[in-house]
Amino acid sequence: MSEGTEGHLLDRGVRAIAHAVRSGEATAVNVLEEALGRIHEQDRSLHCFNLLTEEAALAAAVRVDDSVARGVDPGPLAGVPVALKDNLCTQGIETTCSSRILQGWRPPYDATVVSRLRQAGAIAVGKTNLDEFAMGSSTENSAFGPTYNPWDLTRVPGGSSGGSAAAVAAGFVATSLGSDTGGSIRQPASLCGVVGIKPTYGLVSRYGLIAFASSLDQIGTFAVEVGDAAAALEVIAGHDPADSTSLGQPAPSLLEGLYDGVDGLRVGLISDFLADVAESCSKAADDAGEALARAGAKVEQVSIPEMLLGLPAYYIIAPAEASSNLARYDGVRYGLRVDGPDVETMNARTRAEGFGAEVRRRVMIGTYALSSGYYDAYYGQAQKARTLLIRAFEAAYERFDVLLAPTTPSAAFRLGAKTANPIEMYLSDLCTIPSNLSGHPAVSVPFALDLDGLPIGVQVLAPALGEAVMLRVGAALEAAASPSVRGPARVRRAGGEAVPGE
Amino acid sequence: MAASVELISLEEVRHVAKLARLELTDGEIATLQGELSALLDHVDKVRRLDTADIPPTAHPLPLENVLRPDEVRPCLDREIVLAAAPAVESDRFLVPSILGDSP
Repeated sequence: MSEGTEGHLLDRGVRAIAHAVRSGEATAVNVLEEALGRIHEQDRSLHCFNLLTEEAALAAAVRVDDSVARGVDPGPLAGVPVALKDNLCTQGIETTCSSRILQGWRPPYDATVVSRLRQAGAIAVGKTNLDEFAMGSSTENSAFGPTYNPWDLTRVPGGSSGGSAAAVAAGFVATSLGSDTGGSIRQPASLCGVVGIKPTYGLVSRYGLIAFASSLDQIGTFAVEVGDAAAALEVIAGHDPADSTSLGQPAPSLLEGLYDGVDGLRVGLISDFLADVAESCSKAADDAGEALARAGAKVEQVSIPEMLLGLPAYYIIAPAEASSNLARYDGVRYGLRVDGPDVETMNARTRAEGFGAEVRRRVMIGTYALSSGYYDAYYGQAQKARTLLIRAFEAAYERFDVLLAPTTPSAAFRLGAKTANPIEMYLSDLCTIPSNLSGHPAVSVPFALDLDGLPIGVQVLAPALGEAVMLRVGAALEAAASPSVRGPARVRRAGGEAVPGE
Repeated sequence: MAASVELISLEEVRHVAKLARLELTDGEIATLQGELSALLDHVDKVRRLDTADIPPTAHPLPLENVLRPDEVRPCLDREIVLAAAPAVESDRFLVPSILGDSP
């Protein structure tokens, strides 16, 4: 690396930064200063972050540089600036879920993923904005105001991990963590022109992830490139005794064979979303199929009608689990309390004031679906629909190694466009929800631009623990796509268009 | 957002709000009636599925109970935990009267 290029190291990705820091070509402190400089300059107009942890980040970067100076390897993510979705617990550092009910709360422990990142030498720069309790597809449900899409400030970044996706797209950090319950990593990744991985359920420990819907929630990573999102995922994956749903086997290697190509792989292009997806998005998936075929894969259309059971089943199961998980916000042990004459009134006032409209709506739906007289008709039926969907996936994976689909029904929409109609917002997750119900991995890779110049992602789905082949297909798509379809948005705009905040 | 047919009555919405421990205004109850009805309409496809021989799936993985050795290990510090509570008395969480003023 020549002198004077260190400022651009941040744009070269996770692996390049870690390599440069580990080998002493660059310092973690310099990389961090570049990241913080950009954030200070631009985040006022983007609002990716709820909180910056600059002092702790600087101390961590100094420790990494000291290790290198002493000849001790600081780890595979040495000096890599990362952002954490604000539903991941950070010891002593405010963790809000973008909710008034948790505002000011400082967790007494770190999430396992947070400790693993730190042990690997990564530098956590702050907590990113989200839809309250991860319920939403636009980050407009944050109690602290929306995040704006770095590609177009009049549009949403998607959600719920909108802050984490936008922080990578803006070039603030090289990677970030999100959580994906119905598409909350893949959908914002698609809308922000970055890669977002939802791993197999159980691959990454959920200890310290504030629960939304426990049978669906999974932590994953964002980055500009597939290999960088995979490098971060390798670090956070693997068994954790603190999470009883964590898989027992060792985490698979994700980088080995990543660029081996797709020759001979069987790829099924899911045709069932066509009616509900914008032409630009279905065309991107079709073109992705053609690109894979040119690279040697055997690509075939496949109809899996059970995919369309996903959305309605999800909007019973996820709120049902949420209504149970969010019962803990009762004004007793932590968070907001609004006083009342007796404990039940105190609970009800606290929750009414502390939860925003979408969270209340989901708690109501879930409570109804679980209530006496409706349990079998709604929750029981949704659980059976889940079985049907899983069986349909299993049948498809007898014929195909991976499946291909659009990630989202549209590119980034305008702020306010879907806030008046909750169901229209819910449809944003149509193509992503099935993988959560099945527990399978899926990745969104930026693949095209629409007529407005907005990025469009394509989704690769794989069977349980099929991350390696899934990411190999993702890397092949990335190689086939124009670099102009992905972030960092600030680099894309280097031709002269104003960068937000300037 | 008013659905043409309300699939849930105002009285049911009030009852669910009570079960969910949410103190809502009449206006909020009315809005939720429309929104919940629209959602119930949307998920009707699932309610009407023929699932006679289909087992339910509660969880994507076959779960096994996980036990750790029964030994004393450090846990969260009581002072740190209590410091996060809205009200505390004698090392315990303090709440308003459980039974109300007039038992």
